[in-house]
Amino acid sequence: MLKRIVGIILAVVGAFAIGGIALHRNEPINALWLVTAGVCIYVLGYRFYAAWIAARVLTVDDTRATPAERLNDGRDFVPTHRWIVFGHHFAAIAGPGPLVGPTLAAQFGYLPGTIWILFGSVLGGCVQDMIILFMSTRRDGRSLGQMAREELGPFGGFAALAGTLMIMIILIAVLALVVVNAMKGSPWATFSVFATIPIAIAIGLYVRSVRPGRVLEASIIGMILLLVGVAGGGWIDQSAQLRGMFDYSGPQLAAFVIGYGWLAAIIPVWLLLAPRGYLSTFLKLGVIGLLAISIVVIHPELKMPALTRFIAGDGPIFAGKIFPFVFITIACGAVSGFHALVSSGTTPKLIGSEADVRLVGYGSMALESFVAIMAVIAATLLDPGVYFAINTGAGVVGADAHTAVATISAWGFPVTVDQMQQLAHRMGERTLFARTGGAPSLAVGMASIFSSTFGNKLLAAWYHFALMFEAVFILTTIDAGTRVGRFMLQDFLGHFWKPLGRTSWYPSVLLTSALIVAGWGYFLYVGVIDPNGGINILWPLFGIANQMLAAIALSVATGILIKSGKLRYSWVTGGPLAWLALITTVAAWQKVMSPDPQLGFFSGAAALAGKLASGALPAARAAVAPKLIFNQQLDGWLTIIFTVIVWLVIADMLRVALRAARGLPTLASSEAPRVARMPAVGGSGS
Amino acid sequence: MTAATAGVVAAWRAGWRALRTLSGDDAYERYLEHQAASHPDLPVLSRRAFYVDEQRRKWGTINRCC
Repeated sequence: MLKRIVGIILAVVGAFAIGGIALHRNEPINALWLVTAGVCIYVLGYRFYAAWIAARVLTVDDTRATPAERLNDGRDFVPTHRWIVFGHHFAAIAGPGPLVGPTLAAQFGYLPGTIWILFGSVLGGCVQDMIILFMSTRRDGRSLGQMAREELGPFGGFAALAGTLMIMIILIAVLALVVVNAMKGSPWATFSVFATIPIAIAIGLYVRSVRPGRVLEASIIGMILLLVGVAGGGWIDQSAQLRGMFDYSGPQLAAFVIGYGWLAAIIPVWLLLAPRGYLSTFLKLGVIGLLAISIVVIHPELKMPALTRFIAGDGPIFAGKIFPFVFITIACGAVSGFHALVSSGTTPKLIGSEADVRLVGYGSMALESFVAIMAVIAATLLDPGVYFAINTGAGVVGADAHTAVATISAWGFPVTVDQMQQLAHRMGERTLFARTGGAPSLAVGMASIFSSTFGNKLLAAWYHFALMFEAVFILTTIDAGTRVGRFMLQDFLGHFWKPLGRTSWYPSVLLTSALIVAGWGYFLYVGVIDPNGGINILWPLFGIANQMLAAIALSVATGILIKSGKLRYSWVTGGPLAWLALITTVAAWQKVMSPDPQLGFFSGAAALAGKLASGALPAARAAVAPKLIFNQQLDGWLTIIFTVIVWLVIADMLRVALRAARGLPTLASSEAPRVARMPAVGGSGS
Repeated sequence: MTAATAGVVAAWRAGWRALRTLSGDDAYERYLEHQAASHPDLPVLSRRAFYVDEQRRKWGTINRCC
């Protein structure tokens, strides 16, 4: 009864908050409306929808032993307390994606992103994470690729693997581009990001050799050193001689990140990757908590309108109409296919009781979605004119500050050169014009929030702290992704020549790491030389790829539901699948077929080729134009390949589902047989 | 010690234990416990060897996202 009353109150408050958000027009709205709407919707989704899915759709069986209990080896399989698993799982899924995507999508106003983040997660992303986690737990922790192969067939398995590898390469490239753009021409940012590397190595040596395994004390020392690094960057920025040592152009920084990525992938994990993983996890949890408290304390007004004129499709940050591009731009935070890989990776091997999948799968994603809401707030509390000045590439608004402010003011978002200069000065930067990629504008937003909470000082330090924070976990994703990509490539190449598959054979390690790095390094390089900032091309490609991976995961889930006789519940995953298939296909169609050179890859390439041939381009642009033309064509072909793969997987799933529905034989379920849990084990074990 | 202080101390201890488990600070202790309970006849790894092996295992699979 009490549960019902609480539910009704939440529903009323949530509906009121959403109504308030949607109906507020022409006056600033307070950030607390977004927070309230979010909290109500997540709690309602968790208490009612997720509970219903667990009970009816999945028929979670609390008395059934989990793989962690049955196969407990003290290492991979360990029954773990649910809040500890929740922490591990959240730390694994929460990356830079939910921070960057909503920042870019704010060009449509605060409303579209907010609505999609709230409903996309509660009905799509959380459901996907929870159901894949459950299905993997029932199958001894099998990976998404293995489940696709065993439940749908060899084609589904191959598609899941190929899709994973491709999205990984695009993902790393786009994140590396975000970091490079954040450091470009900023000695302070460059120094504080560079400093994280020797700090991580020092911590790695400490925790391996000086005090083996003392992770907590090492992390605390590392955090202090990171803060010293940020302060040191400010000091270096003041010195005329020293600042030149850390002042680099985009291509120089790209070359550095590429070389770094290769080295990080071939040295032992304990030296760099593992210690930085610890530091980034601590930073991430700390900053997210601090941000949540600060937003409630200062409850800022959002200055961005609910909807901007760019919903019609001529947005400066990325091209395309609100449908489907808001759903492509915000992938992580609403639905992220990548999560299905974590949900079918280490997490299912730690689940101590089947009942925990609701908290771990659904709950973690709800929290990640809340992080995305905070990113919306951080982006939209800026003056819209400032937001567009930071996030729009010089190729769109002009390289000259006066031209840029004139263009942006003419869109209806007044901003002045003086205002931008003052802001840059207060943030300790030379300029904040055309700092594309989302990280700098997010850092300005976060710095404003933090400095108003903790006293209006140290704005520049907060800004560079926020940049360092974003860079640290982007670099972690780059290293970890390159390494996993290398393993996948080695596994694949091992089929052709055995030694290449040996993960300990050094020539193969060097070669396969170089191939993966070359893959993302290429996209990074082209993004860096693109005068429009590169993000406008690469981020939609990443969004499409990530949503397609979600479509593959949801196909596997829907196929398994139907095979296990739950056809009438198949809409739980089938609904989100249909929506993702629709938006990705429409987006892919427009990116491939649109005659608008801003939007279509091929028409963009053709338009640039036309300008190049007619000699309309200045010399500097003409020099890079052939590379940009080739890249747009490549991106177009990649989009076509992604779309074809996804539709083949969906068709394969429908084939299996149809056979199952008609009572024809399908591949046997790979579910492990039920074993009752030992009452004594009890699933705590932590 | 009053009941309230005892409660605070207990909560603090529980929080500290959770933090150690979450970060992996007590991984070696848990490993030793597991080995003692399940395989008392087998030799155990040293703290350092266990740490290095544990990191290799942890980062050999997808455990970070976008």
